[in-house]
Amino acid sequence: MQIASMHFKERAHDNMGNAQLQGNLQKIKGKFVAKRRQSLVELDDVEATREAARAIRQRALDNLDVWLEMFERNATARGATVLWAETPADVNRHVLAIAARHGVGKIIKSKSMVSEESALDRAIEAAGLDVVETDLGEYILQINDYEPPSHIIGPALHKSKEEVSDLFARVHGTARKVEINELCLEARQMLRKHYLSADMGISGGNFFVAETGSVVLVTNEGNATLTTTLPDVHVAISGIEKIVPTLEDVATLMRMLPRSATGQSISNYVDLLTGIRGEGEFHGARHMYFILVDAGRSAVLGSEVSEALRCIRCGACMNHCPVYQSIGGHSYGWVYPGPIGSILTPSYIGLENALDLPQASTLCNQCGVVCPVKIPLPDLLRKLREQQFARRLRPWSERAGLRLWSWLAARPRLFGASTRIGVRMLRWLGGRDSLIHRLPLGRGWTDGRDMPAPAGRTFRELYAARRADGGQR
Amino acid sequence: MSFGGDDPARAKILGRVRDALSKSGAARDEAGARAAAEAYVAAHAYGPRPRMPGDRVARFMQRATDMESTVAHLADRREIPASVARYLDALELAPALAAQRSRQGVCWPELADLDWAGAGLAIEPRPTTGDDKLGITGAFCAIAETGTLVVLSGASTPTATMLLPDTHVAVVSAARIVAGMEEAFALVRDERDGLPRAVNLVSGPSRTGDIEQTIVLGAHGPYRVHILVVDH
Repeated sequence: MQIASMHFKERAHDNMGNAQLQGNLQKIKGKFVAKRRQSLVELDDVEATREAARAIRQRALDNLDVWLEMFERNATARGATVLWAETPADVNRHVLAIAARHGVGKIIKSKSMVSEESALDRAIEAAGLDVVETDLGEYILQINDYEPPSHIIGPALHKSKEEVSDLFARVHGTARKVEINELCLEARQMLRKHYLSADMGISGGNFFVAETGSVVLVTNEGNATLTTTLPDVHVAISGIEKIVPTLEDVATLMRMLPRSATGQSISNYVDLLTGIRGEGEFHGARHMYFILVDAGRSAVLGSEVSEALRCIRCGACMNHCPVYQSIGGHSYGWVYPGPIGSILTPSYIGLENALDLPQASTLCNQCGVVCPVKIPLPDLLRKLREQQFARRLRPWSERAGLRLWSWLAARPRLFGASTRIGVRMLRWLGGRDSLIHRLPLGRGWTDGRDMPAPAGRTFRELYAARRADGGQR
Repeated sequence: MSFGGDDPARAKILGRVRDALSKSGAARDEAGARAAAEAYVAAHAYGPRPRMPGDRVARFMQRATDMESTVAHLADRREIPASVARYLDALELAPALAAQRSRQGVCWPELADLDWAGAGLAIEPRPTTGDDKLGITGAFCAIAETGTLVVLSGASTPTATMLLPDTHVAVVSAARIVAGMEEAFALVRDERDGLPRAVNLVSGPSRTGDIEQTIVLGAHGPYRVHILVVDH
């Protein structure tokens, strides 16, 4: 996928002004949030389950090499082939080599975020093969000339049904449908023939189970089930961090994942796939491949933000993020949007290639509160900000300002004196109505709104006055 | 690239992972970590579970209904064909979907002995080719906590029977309804020699919310799932 994360500010600005997108965002706002809250009530002890989920994911990361080797051993024992990809480009090379090996012409694909990292679909098409996305959202984006996804679990949620209607009529050459169920039926009919004729199925992997060498796939549409049942070849692609030790761990994580994602007690289809077609079986892959992808994960593992690797891709952080909800997923400019994207994107593609993402947060901690595996997202964003400062990746004015502030803050009397002057100046600027219409050095802040002027005394002055008063109130 | 053998990418990735892990702790005891991992797996410890008061069968039927399956409870498996016929007759279908009332379909071999013709149904015990309207399967077991069918792949349990037809009818024995996913996995371990190729957990019909978060049933797989809980 093209990386556009350097243009965050322009894209966010454009998206804020895009009436169609703002209308679409407004329509879906809050639905996931409300359903998540309702469904979590079914768990008698949400916090204990959440803590167990955190511990499972952290246990996997703490000895990732051991679990990866165990997974590989057990998967291989069941007749699957385990391949390793150091880079996104390696993923594409592996897939094309597998396709060539088995004489594959048509590939169907259920959702895989990792394959977005490597723009796998375009690589497959460039090699002269057909590839069809089967997740409805991904299908909509594919036929719209590979529009990027805007949300982890609802990749096309930024589009209105009218936009989908126009798209289907144009691309399918059919009469324009109006109702959402008609649109879904049309997509179903288009995709059904591909399911029945594909030579190879590609899936992601929600979890790789070390104890059994299995992949777990979670969908509501059942598209992953079909993708991995009908074709002769199955390739499951996911990051090396997606390992979980046992089936019992899967059971615990599955109490958190659907609830955190869509607010369901369980997703409609959860597939646990192990090895190749059994004796006498009529369906299932005769050839099974796993591609374990590094592409930056091992570097994150040893870094200050390693906890981000616990992520199970539920999307709760973006559903609850006031920034994401205002600017939409495309503003973030790469595969993973929202708060988790603001950590993963700079970590995978380089801090210098995503300068604004660690700043794209108010640090309000809604994301941290709802994360089912307790990733401290604001803390990690703050660590990335520190790294940006240390590596001189922020503008000189910001670095100079911060340096001045830290010099001042370490000198209490000078700090007190300058804030006293500053507060009085702001009060003077506020004039009669106590509103600052134009803030010097901060025009961006007052261009669209007034800033309330401070009352005239600093916190420390008020505090001192109250102490002198006898500490009452 | 190579298929198997010494994969240089494998060595490099595992090497980087080990470097990253030894950075955090002091000397990392890899042998100890392996032993601890084996012990953790062997323990198969359960995480926190929601309480499950009341009758497990009733609970399953309620939760399956919540997931938009429909459920009927039969005393005897010989009642299955007539019950399926009644279910089809009672379906309320939009005009565009009227053909889905069809009494033609396929079933798993374990259900071939039932008197389908006697109930006016044309059911063949074979895997589906994709054109069948009705797919009738059994289930390895079912999960009360979430109203979920547990379907194992095998020579006599073709997976696509529950995926390609418009309507999926699943027969599950009341005695095989377990509390949670943990018990279902334990049952597979007890009764099977390793996991089958596919353990498919099915909770209601195929659905999508990908357009404006509006739920539509029948995204790719069945439009409806009808579950028959059978006592004997």
